[in-house]
This record gives sequence, structure tokens and C-alpha cells, in this order.
Amino acid sequence: MTAAQSAAPGDPAGKAVLEAPDIRRAVTRIAHEILERTKGGADVVLLGIQTRGVTLAERLAAALREVEGRAFPWGSLDATMYRDDLRMKPARALGRTELPPGGVDDRVVVLVDDVLFSGRTVRAALDALNDLGRPRAVQLAVLVDRGHRELPIRADYVGKNLPTSMREKVRVLLDENDERDAVLLEGK
Amino acid sequence: MNRHLISAADLSRDDALLILDTAEELSRVADQSVKKLPTLRGRTVVNLFFEDSTRTRISFEAAAKRLSADVINFSAKGSSVSKGESLKDTALTLEAMGADGVVIRHGASGAPHRLAQWVRGSVVNAGDGTHEHPTQALLDAFTMRRRLGNLEGRRVTIVGDVLHSRVARSNVLLLATLGAQVTLVAPPTLFPVAIGTWPCEISYDLDAVLPKSDVVMMLRVQQERMNAAYFPTVREYSRRYGLDAERMARLPDDAIVMHPGPMNRGVEIAAEVADSVRSTIVEQVANGVSARMAVLYLLLGGSEPAIGKEVSA
Amino acid sequence: MTAYLIRDARVLGGEPTGILVRDGVIAAVGANLDGGDAEVVDATGLIALPGLVDLHTHLREPGREDAETVESGTKAAAMGGFTAVHAMANTDPVADTAGVVEQVWRLGREAGYCDVHPVGAVTNGIRGETLAELGAMADSAARVRVFSDDGHCVSDAVIMRRALEYVKAFDGVVAQHAQEPRLTEGAQMNEGEMSAALGMTGWPAVAEEAIIARDVLLTEHVGSRLHVCHVSTAGSVEIIRWAKSKGIQVTAEVTPHHLLLNDTRAGSYDPIFKVNPPLRTPDDVTALRHALADGTIDCVATDHAPHPVEAKETEWAVAAMGMIGLETALHVVQEAMIETDLLDWAGVADRMAYAPARIGRLSGQGRPIEAGAPANITLYDPSPRRAVDPAAMTSKSRNTPFAGLSLPGRVVATFLRGRPTVLEGKLQ
Repeated sequence: MTAAQSAAPGDPAGKAVLEAPDIRRAVTRIAHEILERTKGGADVVLLGIQTRGVTLAERLAAALREVEGRAFPWGSLDATMYRDDLRMKPARALGRTELPPGGVDDRVVVLVDDVLFSGRTVRAALDALNDLGRPRAVQLAVLVDRGHRELPIRADYVGKNLPTSMREKVRVLLDENDERDAVLLEGK
Repeated sequence: MNRHLISAADLSRDDALLILDTAEELSRVADQSVKKLPTLRGRTVVNLFFEDSTRTRISFEAAAKRLSADVINFSAKGSSVSKGESLKDTALTLEAMGADGVVIRHGASGAPHRLAQWVRGSVVNAGDGTHEHPTQALLDAFTMRRRLGNLEGRRVTIVGDVLHSRVARSNVLLLATLGAQVTLVAPPTLFPVAIGTWPCEISYDLDAVLPKSDVVMMLRVQQERMNAAYFPTVREYSRRYGLDAERMARLPDDAIVMHPGPMNRGVEIAAEVADSVRSTIVEQVANGVSARMAVLYLLLGGSEPAIGKEVSA
Repeated sequence: MTAYLIRDARVLGGEPTGILVRDGVIAAVGANLDGGDAEVVDATGLIALPGLVDLHTHLREPGREDAETVESGTKAAAMGGFTAVHAMANTDPVADTAGVVEQVWRLGREAGYCDVHPVGAVTNGIRGETLAELGAMADSAARVRVFSDDGHCVSDAVIMRRALEYVKAFDGVVAQHAQEPRLTEGAQMNEGEMSAALGMTGWPAVAEEAIIARDVLLTEHVGSRLHVCHVSTAGSVEIIRWAKSKGIQVTAEVTPHHLLLNDTRAGSYDPIFKVNPPLRTPDDVTALRHALADGTIDCVATDHAPHPVEAKETEWAVAAMGMIGLETALHVVQEAMIETDLLDWAGVADRMAYAPARIGRLSGQGRPIEAGAPANITLYDPSPRRAVDPAAMTSKSRNTPFAGLSLPGRVVATFLRGRPTVLEGKLQ
């Protein structure tokens, strides 16, 4: 990408800390770690948290298929209705929650999100999951862990640990959503 | 100032689509193992029903409860209202109880509008007199969209007592907002005199309109209208404006038949039509809960309502 | 009795001049008058009008003293520049006997703020079935000349015919509330685009026009005198214009609210705008203004209808119909007729004083401001503009539809037979 392009209107500025090849490698690595930790991933269901977590879940499923040669079930989870900050903003549009056939009962659910920050989104996702069924275990995979946790939540799989200040903003761009793969660090 | 849903005209196209999209997501809650969301925990929704309407009240109650709101049902019968308490005093009582949302059904057109001038919570019109019933129009649009997809350019025919129908009013306004083409069909006595100003076509001839309809919605016709000479007899009304199997056969293949209920089988709709595969009448009931959940969530779920209109005092 | 020298008043909007008031009559009008010991009232910049006369006032006493009394209503009238009002008959009990009309008349005399001329009911209990004792009311101390079932239409054609015939004996007039009852069952507001959108039962214009058409024909047939209350539609104006062109003795009134407001106000569902006949369309308002200007409509009458707060703080359908108007009438007429150049101040004097007095056959009211006439005078400052404040009303009730609306003018003084009932804008 040229400097002229990055300065175009609407195009996010900021320093790229991960580029497309880095993201690809991170997803592949996480896929291997999942297989290792779950001993071949027999009961694994990937659930992406809306919006970019769903894209990442789909990519992870593809990466797992690449390695194992079989399809991995994946779906989407929208935790909006479970968020603890609902009343701090006007009510917002909902995303789709769609479980793969077979649901989540007795499965190992790997929640997938783009950025782990305060942990509140994951907390909401865990509550939402609770109303959808009873998994045997729940794990968490994130592309970026930027620290500053406000709840006792940690990720099982991390693409990149990214130390940040509270004033900074981490933006994940994915080709399917944003026509570009990158992780940007904005502001100071 | 707070926002309310009193008329279908209170909804912009974006508002209406947001409600329908939200209803679509919320309809999936019915398939979950726990059919409940925590969204409105700690919010109080009062169902204020001055007219008997078990189906509408139950629908709103189910919607509020699926969102974990505290629901207080207040029906006029046997309450202070039947002892002559005014709407204003009832409103002040609701204020004292801290109602975040008030769902009101009232026999007087405009009663929800008045209520909104006296309470801080959001008011949802669940049917006022012969004025409007916006959540019915939303669930109807939701049902049409599920069966037919995008409503842009779809031809919707609404048949019956338009003059006294709050369902017809709300549907005409909402469907126009969503880009559908509405035709109202009734005997001339059952149209308002100024019908020409509404955003729809009108016709006195049901048979001429049916072949050009993607949706035909039959309105309940009240037999007491006959006594006021709106039509000569129920039989004649049924012959000219009722939907029977023979008429249904003139509809295009994928057209659907709707009815807001309760039906007069054999008057405006024949039993075999009501029970046919084209009929969405049962779906409409289930969809009602989803549409009302969407409205309650978008009005009460956030720091301020995401839909609706302010009412000046 | 104190004499007053009113200085530099513009009589009917003309050049500044003096008016000397002594012993209840106008002693002289002209420049450089010698008032002697008369108290001087500086009327620089003020317009002098004959004391206003209202043909249509609901004073509510007896029966609804919580809404208005003869005393509170006549105080409000004085504050509005009126020196005479006609008190409508739909009280409780109904003013359908000599006893009730004399009681109201006496209460007016005792209060002393404004002449009160009771209107007698046409039928017993305003039920429209049997004629009330019209002659007894005419012969009573109240000397009733105007008869009306206002609030209800004398819908039975035979009863209406008989009433028109009967009042000829004492030069009375039947003031009809023109409303075909079957066409207006459950009616809430003007039938039209607004009622269709708001889902309210319509009050069609034809329900008024059909009765007026019938009544002018009956009036012609029996050779009597008809007055049409609160004309509200363009169609009614056409019928009255036609009747007058035929020489039929028909007169008509229009209310201030029908001259200024239209049915879009109902969109708020605030029943402060609920009135009978209802507010009509903007086209009707235009037709009414022009009819008042060209004399097809003879006069302005307030239809001042006080209601307690709880009768209006309700849903529209159960709210009471009517609005107060005595204290805003002149301001509304200035806004609707003077500011639009449809009438001049001489025209206002005719429509608000001379004509109503003529129709009511009042001898001591509605006389020009000239030497020898009873000193009924209203001094009016047309220049200030202010928002109508219901809390500032003298009437016991607050149901003004003009609340918050900016209207021109201020009544500075009202003289009733030489005695100020209002001076410097304050009730005396």
C-alpha cells in the first residue's frame, strides 16, 4: 500500500503492526495449537463473535481443514443482548447467532474474536453461550491480545500479544469485511 | 424528551428496516434451549389495557418477558379505571411506579399520544380506537418479508372495513415507507371520505385486484356495521368482499393470505382459505412476539430509544 | 357619578379626538373639550370602539359554577372589552322558563361588570321536543329576544317551523345550532383528511349546511327571522349568501377560533382544540374571513365555553367540547381581520358591537360613539403583541386554544354606561 492510498478519505490511518502474511501465519499457528490442545480437535466447534470474530472463525475452520483434511463445524455468536454496556449507548442493531448443525452440547467450543481487551465482550459471549446449550469446555482464541483486562478472563490461543496504552486504539481489518488484511495501532 | 411508537408514521425507512432485521434475529431466541435474553433486566414494562385484547396483551407480555423485563399487567376492568379514574391519574400512577415502557391499548383514538405527554417512559401503541396499531403492521410486514423477501414494489391488497380499522391505517403507512404498493378494497361506505390523500390505491372490486396481488390481507368486519347501514347484509358483504376458495384461486401462485385476527370464518374469509398453505395466520401470531421484542429492545434496551418519535407536551 | 374626559382617542381608528363621558352618556365628542372636573383618561395611541356585544356566551350559572359564574364570566367579558353578553340557555336547570332567565339577568345586574341578556331555550330542557314558554321569557324582566337550544340543534323541522313562527309575535329570533344529529353521531372533529388520518369520527360540513339550507327555506316560508350560530364552513357561507340575496331575514355569526384555527390542530390529540362545531380546514377559515368582511356573516360571537381542567385533561373522545374566548376575541379578530386588511376598525365596531346588538334587539348597546349615546366604550391599544397566557385569564376556566400563541393588542379600558369596569388594563 502506498502512502497516497493510506491517506485517502475513509481509509484508516495508523501504524500497521500486522500485515496480511502475519495474520495468515497467526491463524495457521492457532489452528495447529487447537489441534494439539484438543488432541486432534474431534469435538471442536468454532464460534466467531460478531463481527470480525466470525470471519476469523471461518478462516480458522479452513486452516483446520487444510491440516486435518476434514470439515470443522463453525458458527457465529452475537452477544449484544448480553453486554453490560448496553445502556451506555442507544440500542444497536443485532448480528446473527447461528450454530452449526449439532449445536454446542458436549462439544469443545472455541470462541474466536479479533481483539481481547477488557474481557467484557467475552464475558457477554460466555453468558450467551450458556443460553444456547452446555459445552463440555469453552476455550478462547484471539488474533490480538492488547492487555488491560477488567475481568478474570484469558485467551487460550493468541495470534499476537500487543502491549498498548489505554489511549491507543487497535483496529483489525479483514479482507472479507474491510477489503484489506491488517492490524492497525492508532492514536497515542 | 423520550421517543415513542404511536403511529407507523413515526418510523423512518431506516427505523422500520432496523426493527424488521432485529425481529429476524430475535425470532431465533424461540429456538434456543433458554428462550430468554437478559437485555431488559431491571426494566419495567406496564401493559395498560383499557380494552380487552387477550391475544395482543399476551403477545406483548411474552415479548417483554423473553427480554427479562418486569411486566406489570394493568387492565381497566376491576381496576380504579372502572371506578372513574382518569387516564391522567393512571399515567401519574405509572410514573410513580417507574415504568420504563408503557404498552397501551385504548378505545379512544389518540389516547397513547396523550399518555406520552404525561409519562417519562416510552409509550407503545397497542391499538387506539380507530386510529393505529403499529406493531400489528410491523408483524405483518415481517411476515410478508419472510415469505416474499424484499417488500419493495410488492403489491399488497387490504380488504375490509378501512374506515374503522387501525390495522389498515398502520399497514398503509408502514408499507408505503417500505416501498410496497398498497390497494385498499372495500365498499365505498367503509372508506374515509378523504381516502384520496392516502399513499395507496383504492378499489371497490375485489375480483379485479386479486390477480395483481402478492399479498391479500382480510380485515375483520364487525356485524354491527350492518345496523349502521354500511352494508345491507353480512351475506351480501361476504359475496362481494369475502375471500373464498374460488377467489383465492385467482391469486398469483406464490401470493399469501393474511388476517390480523380474530377471524369471522365464513364472513370475510372462508375456513378453507384460512387453513390453506397460503395462509400466514398462525405465523403472524408467532411473528408478533418477535416484532414486539424488537420494538421493546430498540426503545428500552439502550441509553435512549433507537427508533420512534418524540411527542411534545 | 364621576365624569371622564377621554383624551386623544382614535374613534374607530380615526384622528385623535376627545370623548366626554358624564352621567352614563357620551356628553360630547371633539377636540379641545372642556371637561371641567372630569377625570382625564389619556388615550393617546388608543382606539376607541363601542363597547363590544357578544351574542353567544356560556356563563355556566346555574349548574356549573365550578367552570364559570355570571360574576366571573362578566368580569372576563369586561376584560375583553365587552359591555353586553348573551348568556346561553344550556345551564342546569336549562333557561327554559321566565324564572331561570330572570335569575341569570338579576345575577348579571348584581355583578355589574357587563349587561347580561339571557338567551331562552327554544324547547323544554333543550330536548327538541316541545316548545318552551317563549312568550313568558320575552315578557319577563329579562326581556328575552334571542332563543336558542345551543349545544343541540332544533332538528325537528316542525318544531323549528313553529318556533320561527311563534317568535314573530315579540320580534324574537331563533339562533340555530346547525347540526344534523344523525350525520354527527359520535363526531369528534371535522370530517376530512385529518379525521381520516387520526382515526376520529368525522363531523361533516354537510351536517351543518343541510340544516342551514332547511332553516333559511323555513324562515322564508313563515316570514320570520333566523340567526345561525357559529358558522364554520365555506358551504354554509354560500347558502347564507344565497338566502340574503333572496331577501330572507337571516343573520349569522362566526367565532374567533373559527377565524384563526384549523383542524390540523387536532393532530396533537389535545382536546383543548375540541369544539362544536369543530375547527375546519384552512380553506373554510379563509371563506369565513371573507364572509365576515363582506357582511355575509354579520358578526363575531365568542361561543365562550368554560370547562374545568379535568374536562380537558383527558383523551380526546371523552373531553368536553368548547373553548373560552371572551378575553381573546378582539385580539383574534385584529389578527385575522385587521392585520390581513380584510376589515378596518369601523368594520370591527360593526361586527362586534352594532350588528350583534341589532340582532339581539338591544337598544342601549352597540351604538356609535357620539353625543347622546350611552357611554359604552372600549379603549384598545392595537400595538403590543404578547403570548396568550391561560393563567392570566380572568375567567374561572383556562381552556383557551390560543395558549402560547402570539396575538396583538391590549384592552386598556372598558366603560359600561360611563363607569369604568376596566381601567389601565385592570378590572375595577
